[in-house]
Amino acid sequence: MLSEPMQCDDVGTLLAASADDASLLSPPAATHVTSCLRCQAEQAQYRRILRTMKTLRTETVVVQPELLGDVLDLLRPPAEVVKFRRPAEDRRRAAIGGIAAAATGAAAGALVIASKIAGGRRLAS
Amino acid sequence: MRDIDELIEEAKGGSHVAFEEIVRLTYQDTYTLAYRLTGDEEDASDVVQETYLRVHKGLKKFRGDAQFSTWLHRITANCANTFLGRRGRNRTDELPDDSVVIDLNPASDPVHRADVGDLRNQITDALRTLPPKLRAVVVLRDIYDLPHEMIAAELGITESAAKVRLHRARKRLRERLYPLNSEQGISYEGDGEARAV
Repeated sequence: MLSEPMQCDDVGTLLAASADDASLLSPPAATHVTSCLRCQAEQAQYRRILRTMKTLRTETVVVQPELLGDVLDLLRPPAEVVKFRRPAEDRRRAAIGGIAAAATGAAAGALVIASKIAGGRRLAS
Repeated sequence: MRDIDELIEEAKGGSHVAFEEIVRLTYQDTYTLAYRLTGDEEDASDVVQETYLRVHKGLKKFRGDAQFSTWLHRITANCANTFLGRRGRNRTDELPDDSVVIDLNPASDPVHRADVGDLRNQITDALRTLPPKLRAVVVLRDIYDLPHEMIAAELGITESAAKVRLHRARKRLRERLYPLNSEQGISYEGDGEARAV
């Protein structure tokens, strides 16, 4: 007994599957395609899309300029991060030291002035 | 310039300089894949950072059975899948596989685009309209040539599910790129293949 010939709708899904592997097309489906211009066109479209997609493999999209730096920062070993941060810490410590020294100097100056004023008052009395 | 295999061996031995060189050599390609999978610049950047963290942690496990680029693509795909899954749970509902994406922008109309752009640009645009689950499979298989079993492993699905998604994605792409299909007749290309006109 002869089986029912395949219709375009039956073959449609198989064409998507067989775009890169013709062996996935069953013999009845392949027979249908050889005699159906519509399915041949669809098959050709799949192959054309697939060929073009392969060419996208060598294409790169524009990368945000800061990405490389961000990735490298993320991967930097802890020792290097400490080394990298040390100048900033040193600057902070120097600033704190400077402020402390200035405050001490100001306090000493104020004491000297105060003692001189007090000394002058004693001489006057 | 040193060969990537030499750099990998040096990086495995603990050379941070060699690992940085690997990143410099590969990050554009990794970003391109991440961007194709996520469809968003910021998301792609996050995926790239996560990818290199995983590569750094797992480099000693890389035995060289496959090409380094294939290994890197697998990790990128896995990170993108995790990222998109997390984002899908936290921010938006993922599109179901069978949903229809309608783009009302005339500049996105394939018929219009056919006049101004080539098939590569049209495919790039069409890929962005696919739901992430379908896009991941078709990008990894048809652009990056990863085998079905690897794709399935990295996306956490069965091999047959990966194939079904691939066929659906290809069908969607074709329908978007050739909306008129064979309704208006058939002609033949120079290479002997029939095509719709």
